[in-house]
Amino acid sequence: MSTTSVLGGIVRRREDPALVRGKGRYVDDVKFPGELAVAFVRSPFAHARITSIDTSAAAAMDGVHAVYTIDDVRHLGPVPAQVPIGTLRPLLADGTVHHVGEAVAMVVADDRYVAQDAAELVVVDYDPLPAVVDLEEALRDEVQAHEGKSNVLLTWHGQDWWPGVTDELVDPKPQIEEAKAREDTVVVSLRMTNQRLLPTMIEPRVTVANWNGGYGAFEIWSATQIPHALAGAIGKIFGLPSNKVRVVAPEVGGGFGAKLNIYPEDILCAFASQQLERPVRFVETRREAAVATIQGRGWVGTATLVGTRDGKILGYELEAICDMGAYSHNFTVAIPALGLFVAPGQYDIPTHYELHCVVTNLPTTDAYRGAGRPEAAYYLERIIDHYARTIGMDPAEVRKRNFWPPDAFPVTTSVGLTMDSGDYARNLDALLEWADYEGMKRRRDEARAEGRLVGVGLGTYVEVCGFGPSALAGLGFSWSEYGMPSAFNGSGVVRVNPDGTCTVIIGTGPSGQGHETTWSQIVAEELGIELDAIEVLHGDTAESPFGVGTFGSRSLAVDGTAAFEAASRVRAKAAKIAAHLLEAAPEDIRFADGGAHVAGSPDKAVTWGEIATSAYQPHTLPEGMEGGLEATAVFSPPNATWPFGAHLAMVEVDPDTGNVEILEYWAMDDCGNVVNPMIVAGQIHGGIAQGIGQAMFEHAVYDEDGNLLSAALMDYPMPTAGDLPSFKLNRTTTPTDVNPLGVKGIGEAGTIGSAQTIVNAVVDALAPLGIEHVDMPLRPRAVWEAIQKARG
Amino acid sequence: MKISVTVNGTRYERDVEPRTLLVHFLREDLGLTGTHVGCDTSYCGACTVLVDGRSVKSCTFLAVAADGAEITTVEGLAADGELHPVQEGFWERHGLQCGFCTPGMIMSSVALLEENPSPSEAEIRHALEGNLCRCTGYHNIVLAVQYAAAKLRGEQPPPADWEEVGA
Ligand code: FES
Ligand code: FES
Repeated sequence: MSTTSVLGGIVRRREDPALVRGKGRYVDDVKFPGELAVAFVRSPFAHARITSIDTSAAAAMDGVHAVYTIDDVRHLGPVPAQVPIGTLRPLLADGTVHHVGEAVAMVVADDRYVAQDAAELVVVDYDPLPAVVDLEEALRDEVQAHEGKSNVLLTWHGQDWWPGVTDELVDPKPQIEEAKAREDTVVVSLRMTNQRLLPTMIEPRVTVANWNGGYGAFEIWSATQIPHALAGAIGKIFGLPSNKVRVVAPEVGGGFGAKLNIYPEDILCAFASQQLERPVRFVETRREAAVATIQGRGWVGTATLVGTRDGKILGYELEAICDMGAYSHNFTVAIPALGLFVAPGQYDIPTHYELHCVVTNLPTTDAYRGAGRPEAAYYLERIIDHYARTIGMDPAEVRKRNFWPPDAFPVTTSVGLTMDSGDYARNLDALLEWADYEGMKRRRDEARAEGRLVGVGLGTYVEVCGFGPSALAGLGFSWSEYGMPSAFNGSGVVRVNPDGTCTVIIGTGPSGQGHETTWSQIVAEELGIELDAIEVLHGDTAESPFGVGTFGSRSLAVDGTAAFEAASRVRAKAAKIAAHLLEAAPEDIRFADGGAHVAGSPDKAVTWGEIATSAYQPHTLPEGMEGGLEATAVFSPPNATWPFGAHLAMVEVDPDTGNVEILEYWAMDDCGNVVNPMIVAGQIHGGIAQGIGQAMFEHAVYDEDGNLLSAALMDYPMPTAGDLPSFKLNRTTTPTDVNPLGVKGIGEAGTIGSAQTIVNAVVDALAPLGIEHVDMPLRPRAVWEAIQKARG
Repeated sequence: MKISVTVNGTRYERDVEPRTLLVHFLREDLGLTGTHVGCDTSYCGACTVLVDGRSVKSCTFLAVAADGAEITTVEGLAADGELHPVQEGFWERHGLQCGFCTPGMIMSSVALLEENPSPSEAEIRHALEGNLCRCTGYHNIVLAVQYAAAKLRGEQPPPADWEEVGA
């Protein structure tokens, strides 16, 4: 097998043979003897004082082992958060409930049927309080979501958002105001909603905690994106050393940020297991997921842009209210800041942000695919389109006039962050040419001439991801709340076993991203070893090196690089051993085809098995060399990475029903170098689908009392196969120098690039009617109403 | 209640409670955990199995109602270690990421191709509307079904579009 094509080549996933046979092992597939099940009593009110809880009937039921309330667990403290700004969630409601679905009591029973029946016997009396649901009302702060506490947690300002980072930055606000006051400029403004979403991974949350009093240790199986953080947090909460808590996250059925949190149910299962000395399992129901799992987005704001009549943008402002929900979880208030990081997008424009993070009596918001960056890209790209239409210029042309030029990189944006690399004009031109933008517009105009509502929409984005740099953790993302070092580094172990096979152990916990395949490719390439000889282990804190987790499109750029560096070290040692065995100089050793040979003499060769055997028999090693053939590497990148791209859609709106049909969807993404183009394409497909889901279908809708009206899947229309088109994907390649692989990250890009593309296309279709904006989701009714209104 | 069912070719006689759902019977009594549970409203399709050749959401089907039936789950598709063409298609065309929806998706696709060996893209998309996937955006699932359809017809599967992208 040739190894030179492994990196950058399409390799079928090594995960799949088990998964397509139904042999994948997810948390709920693994049972422990003597397991108990839990069910929760959840609040029907968004805001209410609890006047009494009577658990006696439930506790007396056959098969019930315990019923817990806050009085039993208050001493454990609240659910820890890395950015502990706002009220942290108590493990169970403490005196007052602050959103519908907040857990009030937990029943532990022989099985889930008994637990559920018993939960219904718990009697809770409530004294309802006024609920804060509307974001404007929350900002006015007249009624408080938490009595006696301001609803406004903080306001992220464009220029003083992070102490110490932005000292030399010029405040662009005076510049923007001056541009607005000029007579030759145009000021455009739109108020837009970026609605709340439910992450809706198909595998719900599931955790089973197993305390062994004999060993004084926990074994916890959980569908989590952050196994090490969960182990750290459990250790911290229960006062155990970290090596007494083992967390296993086997196959994880999707996460999208929602499993990047520690939840009260995880901690409560651990507590109950310790109390009852039995394994205790929580499996979230789909309805529970709609109130007890974090949600995404939830912004309403006004974007304002000022520019000249010939397309030069002179300033951009966004003032928005961001819904934090009732309690702060892992990153909650930091999510809007991620939007701020990419506020100016691909453009060299003075940018001013003001994001008010407000508390409401709704479930918590936190990271959901893109996390702050889709919101930012949406506002910016919508207002640029609106500006282009206002000055009568092609939207692609306006964008090109304001891009950072490629020779400006690394470039420090007006919010004080340095972007690694970019070639935006080349990327956009490649898209326009490949998709035949001119032809598309022609076809649109022809359709329009026939009276049809056809539109073409363009959207660009820049993403910040691949977190690192490690120092970012020191700036307020405090993993220490999870009993972990505060860092954003990556780790990997590469071990060549005595038989010449290779075991790679990674610090990330994937949830569908194909790490086993991608990491195998990296290591195979570096060692010249066959893919099939490599096994990648992950998700078990007892065996893997300390790792931060899988989120923020960071795994490949940070942990993948660590695996690459570990492989390089193994290779260097193996070269010395091979040189010794072949009586050659280490510099002359080459690795290929499952072994090593001397450059220029392919038959002077040893296999990896021979090298490894020697490595584990120290007497056969060069004098003074330590035995063994493995290395651990920790990679700490100097910066985050900044992928980018441009998407283009053509849509048709049915004027009689308001139904939107996506006729074509084209995407030109740039995530730097690519290890496996097939996996990258898959990530983009899924990302686009989630962005289209937001643009056209999904909305977590609440009534004024804070009741979720879209809890069941039929009321929360995430896209089905029939709702979506096939996507046309292509790439440009602009590597980064932030890591030696030149890779950036692709997990969230599709989502960050797509919602604005669809809405821009739909608004373009409706523009002949004088419609300037329609808020997402663009369901038929919303579009139909906009058409009716425009037609008067 | 006593029931007798044939699952993936093996006959089982079991005593089940009348309220036991087929999916729990398969997962817990028979240990066939390939069939997944993703919702409680019969909406996601992760639990899809074949009952007498028809695709059924096993989370809304009582085990007692399967008495006397022939059931095929995802574990029963591969014959003599060889993947079923639909399973092969999902692998070849990257039709899965986290894999949680996959067993249900595969079973629905098997049922579709038995009924319609040459489905159009629109027919594939329509047939899979009862199976939700949050990871793939369905693009590669469509390619996977097209791959399997070609294979089952004895034809060469068309290449995937992403195989031809080189920027
Ligand atoms: S688990 Fe059966 S349809 Fe969702
Ligand atoms: S592959 Fe994850 S839900 Fe379909």
